[in-house]
Amino acid sequence: MSASGLPRVRFDHVTLAFDTPKGLLPVVEDVSYDIREGDFVAVIGPSGCGKTTMMNMLAGFQAPTAGRVLLDGRPVTGPGPDRGVMFQEYGVFPWLTVEENIAFGLTLKANRVPARERAEICRRYLDLMGLAAFAQSYPKHLSGGMRQRLALARAYAVRPQFLLMDEPFGALDAQTRSNMQNLLLEILAVERKTVMLITHSVEEAIYLASRIVIVTARPARVREIVEVPFGYPRDEAIHERPEFGELRSHIRDLVMDEYRAQQGQVRPVSFSE
Amino acid sequence: MKDGLRRSLLVLSPWLALVAVWYAVRLSGLVNPALVPAPHAVAARFADLLWNQGLLTDVAVSTRRVFVGVAVGIALAVPVGFLIGWFRAARQFADPVVNFFRALPPIALIPLVIVYFGVDEPAKIVILIYASFFSGVIVMMEGVAQTNPLFVRVAHTLGATPTEVFGRVIVPLTVPHILTALRVALGVSWATLVASELVAAQRGLGSMIQNASTYFLLDVIYVGIICIGLVALLMDLALRRLSARFLAWQERAGS
Ligand SMILES: Nc1ncnc2c1ncn2[C@@H]1O[C@H](COP(=O)(O)OP(=O)(O)OP(=O)(O)O)[C@@H](O)[C@H]1O
Ligand SMILES: [Mg+2]
Repeated sequence: MSASGLPRVRFDHVTLAFDTPKGLLPVVEDVSYDIREGDFVAVIGPSGCGKTTMMNMLAGFQAPTAGRVLLDGRPVTGPGPDRGVMFQEYGVFPWLTVEENIAFGLTLKANRVPARERAEICRRYLDLMGLAAFAQSYPKHLSGGMRQRLALARAYAVRPQFLLMDEPFGALDAQTRSNMQNLLLEILAVERKTVMLITHSVEEAIYLASRIVIVTARPARVREIVEVPFGYPRDEAIHERPEFGELRSHIRDLVMDEYRAQQGQVRPVSFSE
Repeated sequence: MKDGLRRSLLVLSPWLALVAVWYAVRLSGLVNPALVPAPHAVAARFADLLWNQGLLTDVAVSTRRVFVGVAVGIALAVPVGFLIGWFRAARQFADPVVNFFRALPPIALIPLVIVYFGVDEPAKIVILIYASFFSGVIVMMEGVAQTNPLFVRVAHTLGATPTEVFGRVIVPLTVPHILTALRVALGVSWATLVASELVAAQRGLGSMIQNASTYFLLDVIYVGIICIGLVALLMDLALRRLSARFLAWQERAGS
């Protein structure tokens, strides 16, 4: 899954400031980087620095104040099924069963498929995500990890080209989190996507991504872009490689530096590992 | 089988306890027995009213009024409450107005209702519509205002059109509030019924109680009150059944 060249997404001198009662709050400032076909880009930076905002602009929920976010050369104008999004909170629909959640996108005009095909796709992701036993249950009966798998299945079902993930595993315990990371790698090996992942975990970024964008304290600017020297498929063993350790301490230093810069700012923000 | 018996005993026990307390109060000598009819006397009066004086007609007339009042009131409250709840700007100026009208006790409005609507059936129903509408609007607007925007966003990322977002996300999220509004409106309407039947009603549980009080027929008053409570309870139970069926997906404490 090495990046095969063509830039699909381009952040082109993107700046965004929120209009707050206390005046303009600059959140993203002059950010430029490309996401190429097949890239897995991880974005890492202190809490509250503007990572979600950056992703929201690509998802189409927010327009930049200056600069452009380009998708295949055209400015993003709104959300669409070509970009699947996994939100920081689980966004599974509580009023639908697990199976109906997965089928939801496939019943919309934008990606409607015949009922038989829909059932096949549902079955496939129920199996892949280990949710088959819960097909007819409501999400209230699911654990956190299962909800996140459901959100992933629902996003995958409409066959997006991009997968935007905002700290998808942040709320999970260590074991579940590591299982989810492996599941994500497995499913990406089968059905490849171009991915943007926001995370607070340096290990997660290195383990999953092909490139890591380290952003500064608010307003978010690009501090450094690091290429991850491992190919795909990957397994847990790369955690033990010396390059992994070197990369980890390099990125950790940068992130800690920005974290301290953020703490020095007027408003304190929490940092969650 | 045994479980069924235990359950019905459990359900009945508070009522039996109530009747026991009622007897105890009467027999204790603390209150003048003339002021507290005995439960068996009330039961006898109940049978008499039922067989000889058309109690069922009163029940039916009152139930119909409540039904129509709530149906019309909620049919209006759902769209109005939805719009106020959905649009923050609307909420800012509508909220105080709604609360102003809701705070007015319907009884205080009766003289005005007589002036504008006369003393016939419409007058009584207008009061019930009023009561249902304002209690329903409050429930709807509070509920809708708390809709989680995340679900709308998710639907957009899956490719939903605005119509689809409305029909497939907002409507299902609104159903619980509609059912709550119905329950609240039913409660308020039964409470308002006696007042509405003060408006020269010939039949109905409220008017039965009114007439009985003129002649100091305490046992009839008791029968009327118990009937109102029972019918209201049955309606609420039916609604709760309906909710449990439609809202099986909701996370609730104790379920
Ligand atoms: N709609 C908004 N209006 C005003 N300010 C906002 C808005 N959305 C976000 N902010 C502010 O912008 C800043 C960046 O928010 P954002 O959610 O992008 O941070 P983040 O990097 O994703 O943080 P975290 O890691 O905690 O999720 C925060 O200070 C936040 O308070
Ligand atoms: Mg965030």
